Amino acid sequence: MEPYRKFSSRMIPLPQENVDTDQIIPARFLKTTEKTGLGKVLFCDWRFDESGNPKPDFALNRPEMAGASILLAGHNFGCGSSREHAPWALTDFGFRALISTTFADIFRNNSLKNGLLPIVVEKAVHAKLFQMVKEDPGVEVTVDLESQALLLPGGESVPFPIDPYSKKCLLQGLDDLGYLLSFSAKIAEHEKNAL
Amino acid sequence: MKPKTLFEKVWESHVVVSEPDSPVVLYIDLHLIHEVTSPQAFQGLRNRRLGVHAPHRVVATMDHIVPTGNQSGPPTDPLAARLVKELEKNCAEYGISLYGIGHSNNGIVHIIGPELGLTQPGKTIVCGDSHTSTHGAFGALAFGIGTSEVEQVLATQCLLQRRPGTFRVHVDGRLAAGVEAKDIILSLLARIGADGGTGSVFEYTGGGITSLNMDERMTVCNMSIEAGARAGMIAPDSVTFEYLAGRPFAPKGAEWDKAVSQWSQLRTDDGASYDREITIDAAKLEPMITYGTSPGMGLPISGSIPDPDREPDSSKKQALSKALSYMDLRPGQPILGQKIDVVFIGSCTNGRMSDLRAAARVLKGRKVNPNVRALVVPGSRAIKNAAQVEGLDRIFIEAGAEWREPGCSMCIAMNGDELTPGQYCVSTSNRNFEGRQGKGGRTFLAGAMTAAASAIEGAVADVRKLL
Ligand code: SF4
Repeated sequence: MEPYRKFSSRMIPLPQENVDTDQIIPARFLKTTEKTGLGKVLFCDWRFDESGNPKPDFALNRPEMAGASILLAGHNFGCGSSREHAPWALTDFGFRALISTTFADIFRNNSLKNGLLPIVVEKAVHAKLFQMVKEDPGVEVTVDLESQALLLPGGESVPFPIDPYSKKCLLQGLDDLGYLLSFSAKIAEHEKNAL
Repeated sequence: MKPKTLFEKVWESHVVVSEPDSPVVLYIDLHLIHEVTSPQAFQGLRNRRLGVHAPHRVVATMDHIVPTGNQSGPPTDPLAARLVKELEKNCAEYGISLYGIGHSNNGIVHIIGPELGLTQPGKTIVCGDSHTSTHGAFGALAFGIGTSEVEQVLATQCLLQRRPGTFRVHVDGRLAAGVEAKDIILSLLARIGADGGTGSVFEYTGGGITSLNMDERMTVCNMSIEAGARAGMIAPDSVTFEYLAGRPFAPKGAEWDKAVSQWSQLRTDDGASYDREITIDAAKLEPMITYGTSPGMGLPISGSIPDPDREPDSSKKQALSKALSYMDLRPGQPILGQKIDVVFIGSCTNGRMSDLRAAARVLKGRKVNPNVRALVVPGSRAIKNAAQVEGLDRIFIEAGAEWREPGCSMCIAMNGDELTPGQYCVSTSNRNFEGRQGKGGRTFLAGAMTAAASAIEGAVADVRKLL
């Protein structure tokens, strides 16, 4: 995995709460043996009409949002199915960070494993960010994982929580498997004792 | 010693490594896999030249993409056939037991684990599927994982986990006639919402739970994830042991006695405390049904569609308006009598013998409304056979319902069984998300008896009138 670096981007607003992973990527697209190429079906049923044309009103389709890599999402984003295809589709589309008040557990875990940073902010900040985008869709924020802060225009810095382990993995581009494999002796010992 | 909860006992006995500032390394006793969330995990192993650490702890089935019309050969959908081939190849290469299409042990992953006696009290169980919470009904700690984690468990039989909080759901009282286990969980979801359990493991306690059989307990634990909970657990008791005795993978002879005495310790100690608690009175429940696009949008069957204008929270108000527009329902409209097109009885929530028996009791000697397509889909091959031995298939067929082959079927629109845009379905499955049962399809989640009654009426119905 690429080390996670500081970046700035516009935010694509998707205020709806409880967005489930079936909306992020519908089940019919899970018949793949690959992790790549899923960005084109991200939010498929919200993004495209019956004939497959982009719906102009949907946030991801608005021209002023092209190229943005932060999704400003509603409360409890990513609930439902454990499909890792959801973060695969989001990263393939170009997202690198998600901002919400809460994320569903499994989705949050899956995202962290794919270099997609779920940023939890308080309700008031969340509302303020939506307001900012509404007033100026071109507004950019900076994600600084190192200092665990979201930097807003005008110099305001909003801290966000992340556990030290996930932070280290993201910053260094490490994944869990290497870490787990380093405990093989302990695992063998547990297996011996537990039997 | 400090009193412990059931969750703490199971968790602590599986911690391999616990270091400050890092998640715990948790040992996994049983890893269930299926065709949809495993191919990329095996590919990951190959890329790193790793093997499967403990193939005997991994069991595979096929369920999600399996057609339920004809199972005499591989699926005709080429993409589905490819997933079947991949799983066959991966299981053969790594020495993993596979119960493929047509095998006598085949079925939905969360149905065959318990049925085969693989699911046991005190075990840690994972699967690349969020409804792994089902297995918690046996006092196991069971939860869904993503594909990267499937790869990690294949490679090490361990997972990195952050310790969740504990949340006791105490259910007092007994269910009235016509009210089902599904109604307990739907009413919990209506109360706490789709995120009410985030970060927690539920433990269901009380007479309203211990009076349930194992099938019913699994229905409750199955939908723990719909509240965002990591898992749902029920302390094992004589009902659990009786269910497991004699199952193919359950311990036998002296091993069995030893296991039962160990399993009997798996209960929350007196004086142990939970981070959160909630109480439900089962006796006061009526049949429940959902009306929206989140499992938390549920109401008693005698209720009416809520009005977004009365919702004070702006985000909830918006979600409700969007849901009602998708469902094409009016605020204030009674849910009873809402016309439907399809009834689906099946899934890992309600595709077990108890559910089929309950539905058959309602359908016996009655007819499915001519405007309704009713599908009855057993959760496994073994359930299909057992139901036929009892003659339940005759009841369904004579009533005019389809009696199909086992699989996930219309719970998830990826195997050919699906709604067409605009159709309404009373479904015993677990998710009413937009398009979950087919693009544009509209789902009302309910128990098996409510589904059967609605099939007869051609509209959302109160089964208590038919009893
Ligand atoms: S029946 Fe539905 S919820 Fe259960 S495993 Fe299959 S698709 Fe998932």
